Amino acid sequence: MGNTKKQNLSPIDRKIRWRNWLSLTGFTLFIFAAIFFWLKLKNQPLDNDIAGGVQIPLRKVLNANEKVFSKTFSKQNLAKAYPKSAAAKVVRLNGALGLMTDLDDKNWRLNVVRAKGDTLKLTLADLQKLPKTQVIFNFKCIEGWSQISDWAGVRFSDFIKAYHLDKLTDKKYIGLVTPDGEYYVGIDMDSAMQPQTILCYEMNGKPLPLNQGYPLRLIIPVKYGIKSLKRIGVLSFSEERPPDYWFERGYDYYAGL
Amino acid sequence: MKKIVEKHPFAIRWFHWVNFPILTIMIWSGLLIYWANDLYHISVGSVTLFHFFPEWFYQSLNLEQRLAEGMAFHFVFMWVFFINGFLYVLYTWISGEWRYLIPNKHSFKEAWLVLLHDLHLSKTIPPQMKYNGAQKIAYSAIIIMGLGSVLTGLAIYKPIQFQTLCNLLGGYQSARLIHFMLTIGYCLFFLIHIAQVIRAGWRNFRSMVTGFDILTSKKK
Repeated sequence: MGNTKKQNLSPIDRKIRWRNWLSLTGFTLFIFAAIFFWLKLKNQPLDNDIAGGVQIPLRKVLNANEKVFSKTFSKQNLAKAYPKSAAAKVVRLNGALGLMTDLDDKNWRLNVVRAKGDTLKLTLADLQKLPKTQVIFNFKCIEGWSQISDWAGVRFSDFIKAYHLDKLTDKKYIGLVTPDGEYYVGIDMDSAMQPQTILCYEMNGKPLPLNQGYPLRLIIPVKYGIKSLKRIGVLSFSEERPPDYWFERGYDYYAGL
Repeated sequence: MKKIVEKHPFAIRWFHWVNFPILTIMIWSGLLIYWANDLYHISVGSVTLFHFFPEWFYQSLNLEQRLAEGMAFHFVFMWVFFINGFLYVLYTWISGEWRYLIPNKHSFKEAWLVLLHDLHLSKTIPPQMKYNGAQKIAYSAIIIMGLGSVLTGLAIYKPIQFQTLCNLLGGYQSARLIHFMLTIGYCLFFLIHIAQVIRAGWRNFRSMVTGFDILTSKKK
């Protein structure tokens, strides 16, 4: 049979042709679907138009990730503690957001917003009266580097107790803002109340340098460094996510480790 | 006489072809993340032979200043990568396909023969079952590497919550390095894989799409 007209094909050839056609069509469709899906995803609107941000479907998954990992989060899981000898003498510095304006040293207060129109104003000396906690841990930057460093201050949970703010910790988040309002972060309450979270005023046993957030900064080992805000101006409590500088620029809100 | 011989089940083809774009996305977004702290290099003494990665590499692939985007894509597609890989392992296990994949005591000797043959150092054609010894080792290793990526990935993603795992991997920076090296491993695997697929020819490639091979016997 020299002629292979369609009707003359043997059953086996017909079967081969049919299965080839089916698979290759399916494969081509698969490739187009993948490309279509990818372009569609890349072109989704961002969740934050002003600052940049991230495609809305991706943000939804990041938020779902937060749900998964905040459920498994345990305050008992402590960041590994290191001896003082392991701590870096030259502490790596990253970012001066919120530190650009001159510090009005004398008039600086930690403003704790207990309710609308009810703000507690504390001096550094007030905080230094509370028990001091030292935390020497491997500080992790979201860029990927890490460094063992030595910090001390008042444990956030001790501070809450001392100033009878326990009721406010029923809320879901705390918000921190620099005095100039340029840098701001939001942190879930479980992470804030983890025993290694400190309102920090010492580094390597000395008062914080200006560029490390003097007079008071946050150190929160269970988060990337982006959450350890320098030069705290205002502390507030809320049920909703407080604004977060890096969140608005496309980073994960949770940023938990 | 032509005969259809079933070669790759639909599930295997599905997992394989889904994995390809997903792994590409994971490597691409991983590079966006790595750029922010790109300190790995190969050095002899104080001489750097190769820095991961040179400036031209980042620029030509437009990988700079995109850390947030990289993290977002990485932590979304990690689920797809994991689920697809998990289902693949589950399928090979339940279906019995693992019998073709897991290397046995002969595989290493056979892999050596394959290597000699492929490098044109030996004319003996090694016995070719569904997969030869070299393939068995490579395809099993890649699954272990995948598991390695998941574990090292978890260790750097949540180093405090998965502290035990992180410590087992030698700590945070060590886990990050292993995670990176595994990625380089995928890229090397990919290069060899492509070269072998081209060598093996169209018929072999087609069977990874269609699932079957056609045997033509000389009998009329």
